[in-house]
Amino acid sequence: MLDNGLKVLVHTDQSTPMAVVNVLYDVGARDEDEKQTGFAHLFEHLMFGGSVNIPDYDDPLQVAGGENNAYTTNDLTNYYCQLPTENLETAFWLESDRMLSLAFSKKSLDVQRKVVCEEFKEHYINKPYGDVWHIMRELAFKQHPYRWMTIGKELSHVENAQLEDVKRFFFKHYTPCNAILVVAGNVSTEQVRALAEKWFGDIPSGEKYNRSLPVEPEQNEERRITVHRKVPADAIYKTWHMCSRLDDDYYATDLLTDILGGGASSRLYQSLVKEQQLFTGINCYHFGSLDAGLLAIDGQLVKGVDIKKAEDAIEAELDKIRQGIVDERELQKVQNKTESVMAFEDMSVMNRAGSLAFYELLGDGELMNTEFKKYQDVTVQDLKRIANAVLQPSNSNTLWYLAEN
Amino acid sequence: MPDRSKAPHIKDAIEYAIELKKPEIFSLDNGVKVYNVNAGTEEVVQIEWIFKAGNWFEKSNNIASATNFLIKNGTRKKSAYEINEYVDFYGAYLNRSCYNETAVVTLHCLSRQLESLLPLVQELFMEAIFPEEELHIFRQNMKQKLEVNLKKCDFVAGRKIDEFLFGAKHPYGVYSEMTDYDALDVAALRQYYATYYQQGHCTIFSAGILPANYATLMNGFFGNLPFNQLPIESPEHLIVPAEQKKWNIINDAEGVQGAVRIARPFPTRHHPDFPKVQVLNTLFGGFFGSRLMNNIREDKGYTYGIYSFLVNHIHGGAWMISTEAGRDVCEATVNEVYNEMQALREGDIDPEELLLVKNYLIGTLLGDLDGPFHIIARWKNLVLNGLDDSFFYHSVNTIKNITADELKAMANKYLQPEDFYELVVV
Repeated sequence: MLDNGLKVLVHTDQSTPMAVVNVLYDVGARDEDEKQTGFAHLFEHLMFGGSVNIPDYDDPLQVAGGENNAYTTNDLTNYYCQLPTENLETAFWLESDRMLSLAFSKKSLDVQRKVVCEEFKEHYINKPYGDVWHIMRELAFKQHPYRWMTIGKELSHVENAQLEDVKRFFFKHYTPCNAILVVAGNVSTEQVRALAEKWFGDIPSGEKYNRSLPVEPEQNEERRITVHRKVPADAIYKTWHMCSRLDDDYYATDLLTDILGGGASSRLYQSLVKEQQLFTGINCYHFGSLDAGLLAIDGQLVKGVDIKKAEDAIEAELDKIRQGIVDERELQKVQNKTESVMAFEDMSVMNRAGSLAFYELLGDGELMNTEFKKYQDVTVQDLKRIANAVLQPSNSNTLWYLAEN
Repeated sequence: MPDRSKAPHIKDAIEYAIELKKPEIFSLDNGVKVYNVNAGTEEVVQIEWIFKAGNWFEKSNNIASATNFLIKNGTRKKSAYEINEYVDFYGAYLNRSCYNETAVVTLHCLSRQLESLLPLVQELFMEAIFPEEELHIFRQNMKQKLEVNLKKCDFVAGRKIDEFLFGAKHPYGVYSEMTDYDALDVAALRQYYATYYQQGHCTIFSAGILPANYATLMNGFFGNLPFNQLPIESPEHLIVPAEQKKWNIINDAEGVQGAVRIARPFPTRHHPDFPKVQVLNTLFGGFFGSRLMNNIREDKGYTYGIYSFLVNHIHGGAWMISTEAGRDVCEATVNEVYNEMQALREGDIDPEELLLVKNYLIGTLLGDLDGPFHIIARWKNLVLNGLDDSFFYHSVNTIKNITADELKAMANKYLQPEDFYELVVV
């Protein structure tokens, strides 16, 4: 850790000619004001619009043979670039300058507002079923800021963003003490330490942002909503509140979603798509969010199937998993699958750098190496306990998304 | 205090010597070639069985893709569920994908599970049965998926532009209609399977950390199958491009965005201009710092993203510009694309911009050769297109040495608006 509070992690991999620099900022859509949603994500765009000493972020990186990208979630914002190891310092120069201060260009804000509005339209307005998660989040969350998506609640929030708001947001969140820097590749800790001191060392620490978000009250009764849209087929979306990514029960919950909806041999797919042929496709997953979040099932109905009947069939499967005991082989299957997913994710040095930053945000970079053990420790009794705690009607939110006419 | 106004010294990426590691190659007893890149940091493998079984060979629409999709939905010994359960139990992924010339079955798994999974893959190539019920579910689900996709302007635009370039009867231009799914029957699938898989032409590409007895294993499971015995078919398909060049299609009267596609025919990798145009394309619209992106997204804010790219088929290709733009700025977007073409034909490319593009391309190439899966993907591309690594090194040299004048000449040869099809789907 540098004196200004910036956490720095190094991952050495001598097999690659490329180095990765990953900067994670501990700010996401959950930290937005409800009247200014979509801001964390808009801000991600503005981080490419020039910093205090460097008019353009992308050009110098590309000249150095690098490429980059970034993403915003409800929980965090992550920036990463990859370039030939010899040019590593260019990434330090660029990343440290935009942590020091942005240029706050009016032009960049004007253009990126439009770009984000087009992104909003492309993904959430101009696509069938595009507004599902706007509706579902509002239904499931009454207090917690997970009730809006990272793209924002409505276009107008993005359209009305002002330069003053941008500055305030920057100096509150984009500071060394709210960031994690990971450098990976054929690099040594000493080399990274020296570069980090040189480029990030003199950036003012800023104030540690202490998050105090409203806690979502426990849900005690079933919530339902029905909408009609111009889509070809009816669909059903159900969510239940579940624990946070940091909870001990996270691992059993994760495996439970795999048993229900992970892949072609999962229970929901086999029963509802293949045997009963009520759905053309069905999924079960969760958001893995850092605050308590949602477990979800969604499925698109075969035309002509009654939606009540389809929902009852889902409930019947949930009932089975609440009442019965999962076979040991079935548990073993999803544990094996998890082991394999983790191994494939670790193939690229870029993924490893991103994971390391994420685990550090969770509180412990070491988790990356030890987490699989937590999956192995899950028992069939845990699965039953979680199924009964989570998959209850009183904890559920159901959206019927029906075709017009 | 570092001097932040000055960029740190860099090594120009074009100074890097780039090497494409050669794969190991061996042949099975039946003549099937196996290309391997045995390397990596994780104990995982990827194996691709590539058959000459794409839609180039089918007699009616969707036979190739349906056969490919349903190959793992039942064998004489196992139901679709038993196959899926088996694969999932070993933490593996068994995917299939169908392209124009080729159809592929891909296995991803932990290295230590490979021996348990290969017998199943062998079974798929010997004993798939294509149950009536599985085809029924496939048909129903695909039709509904198609119906949803047809609501999306980008999906419709993608189909139509291929039709304009190649013709609706050509394998590169053909697309699925509801009635094509209705017409599928299991007898045709079984026939296609017998000819193009069971007795088909196969090549295998593998990468990752492979077991020491890998060659023996593969020969044991796949070396005695009747692959590569029948003569290779090479059906001819006539390209029939559309007469009309400009198209406007209204797919959704209330749509807030339009899908823009602007495209012209372009030769294959074997054409001498190909490597040069790859560089020109990058500068024009091939990456985030391109002219199109800088103008149309970063200056005007008309779109979330705009790209140009070369469409690389084995027998012919295209050069395409693709974006989704606000409905009221689609026309302005199209005009700006032509303005950028003109600028490349008439203007001079600044040396700094050219160096940026070259460094970016070489840097990306370095990153793209990182790890066994990336390396085998390069080789697969070369082999399937009848090329070898001399093509790769020629491309690298072209990137390093091409001049602004050569790029301008390419722009004058290929970026002529009258050669392009222009399509806006709202």
